[in-house]
Amino acid sequence: MIAKQVSVFLENTSGRLNEVTHILGEAGVNISAFSIADTSDFGVLRMIVPDPEQAVTVLKANGFSVQTTRVILMTTPNKPGTLAKALQILSDENIFIEYLYAFSMNEESAVVVIRPTEIEKCEEVLARNGL
Amino acid sequence: MWKKMIWNESIECASREEMRKIQSDRLVDTVQRVYQAVPAYRHKMQEAGLVPGDIGSVDDLVKLPFTTKGDLRDNYPFGMFTVPMSEIVRIHASSGTTGKSTVVGYTRKDLSVWAEVVSRTLMMAGVHREDMVQIAYGYGLFTGGLGRHYGCENIGASVIPISGGNTEKQLQLMQDFGTTVLACTPSYSLFLAEEMEASGLKREDLKLRVGIFGAEPWTENMRREIEAKLGLKAIDIYGLSEIIGPGVSCECEFQAGMHINEDHFIPEIIDPETLQPLSEGTVGELVFTTVTKEGIPLIRYRTRDLTCLNFETCLCGRTLVRMEKCKGRSDDMLIIRGVNVFPSQIESVLLEMSETAPHYLLIVERENNLDILKVMVEVQEQFFSDEIKMLESLRKKITQRIQSTLGISVEVKLVEPRTIERTAGKAKRVLDNRKM
Repeated sequence: MIAKQVSVFLENTSGRLNEVTHILGEAGVNISAFSIADTSDFGVLRMIVPDPEQAVTVLKANGFSVQTTRVILMTTPNKPGTLAKALQILSDENIFIEYLYAFSMNEESAVVVIRPTEIEKCEEVLARNGL
Repeated sequence: MWKKMIWNESIECASREEMRKIQSDRLVDTVQRVYQAVPAYRHKMQEAGLVPGDIGSVDDLVKLPFTTKGDLRDNYPFGMFTVPMSEIVRIHASSGTTGKSTVVGYTRKDLSVWAEVVSRTLMMAGVHREDMVQIAYGYGLFTGGLGRHYGCENIGASVIPISGGNTEKQLQLMQDFGTTVLACTPSYSLFLAEEMEASGLKREDLKLRVGIFGAEPWTENMRREIEAKLGLKAIDIYGLSEIIGPGVSCECEFQAGMHINEDHFIPEIIDPETLQPLSEGTVGELVFTTVTKEGIPLIRYRTRDLTCLNFETCLCGRTLVRMEKCKGRSDDMLIIRGVNVFPSQIESVLLEMSETAPHYLLIVERENNLDILKVMVEVQEQFFSDEIKMLESLRKKITQRIQSTLGISVEVKLVEPRTIERTAGKAKRVLDNRKM
């Protein structure tokens, strides 16, 4: 399925990530998954939250640069080899991935967050292959 | 051995009365010339109710209107030139306040005056015809390299026109050729000293005797450090392209203020607020009137450099008035690795780009004795991308634009929106962390 991911621009200074999580915590926003991409100067915090609009509003009100990005949430069995299989399918179909990160829901299943260059095509390919 | 020599003794040791006479005659002539040839000067003088006949001696200098970098910009590129282009044989330029360069032109006579004044400064520094001078200033539009070059040839010294950069080669030639005089920015000399240490080269391996350092502000502490590390006498030289380039003034062996070649460039010190002349010894803004230049004579040009004058005869015997090391600026210009940088130049680059807002902070650091200019630019909501490569390419784009405008390398750092301080009054745009 396609979901909205919340991305926040962060300077590489101590305490900034803490501030974001604090603000979201205060607002009652639960972070289901997140990852940080960083360079020497700045980072981008990417999050999956139940209510992206609310998170965006709260963060913007606190002066952060926030954006939502459409990503694919792919639920797979939490077993060795399943990610490899999914990636093989995408590779065979020539779908490029900008970035991805994953989290386990429980013993049975895991969710992979994928940001492909062509999101509709990616979703269609995954659906066609039962993922 | 330290050979004491004065290049042009009759001028450099002239009595105050003799100097006044020379300055007065030349000033009268210069005012006539600019009034006739340059509409900008004529209009300014007419506005002040002046005709050339009102200027009879240096005492009348204070009646004349000031000239600023803004005037040069308004008349860009050649509007302030006093002679037809057929008389101009060389053009130099330095960075201006809004992206446009400050352009100067030299006639053949101007170049010979330049060689003359640089010759004097070399002798002040103790350089003579037996010396091997390594000129590690940039050659090109910048006046630093070529200006010194012709002065060195004029006194008969051997010139190594290596230009700036290429540190490894600098050190190699210094060793192989037996360089005795080094001409570069003071910060580059310290950088060379560090590279020397790193490569295992000792000051005893070199024949350096004199260093002539200028084009940026430096302190007495830096002088001591440079002298200790390179085993030479570090001499401060001052100049600006508008006036002629290097050679406006220079220290002698006593390192007690820079002797101004005042038969060519008449100095005044004014209060930058009231614009009134200040008395000897009082710190204020340095103003020059060039009285021999043909290409682009400047009347009461405001340098924005803060210093004071000393008319006492120097221990070296020269009577040329001395100016102290510059103590700062009366505007926001920064000098980074010898290059003039105005915050407004960066602002205009950011304004031209749709992705950026003109909120920025300049941080100047001295790392390993080299000046580093960091530009903090706010990331705006609308162009924030969650893809690192987009942000990196934006950073690269901003970097390239700023670099091509300033002519020096910069480090651009993207920061969060609204993190750069906004103030109601004059925004704090510059953090100069160099210890001056």
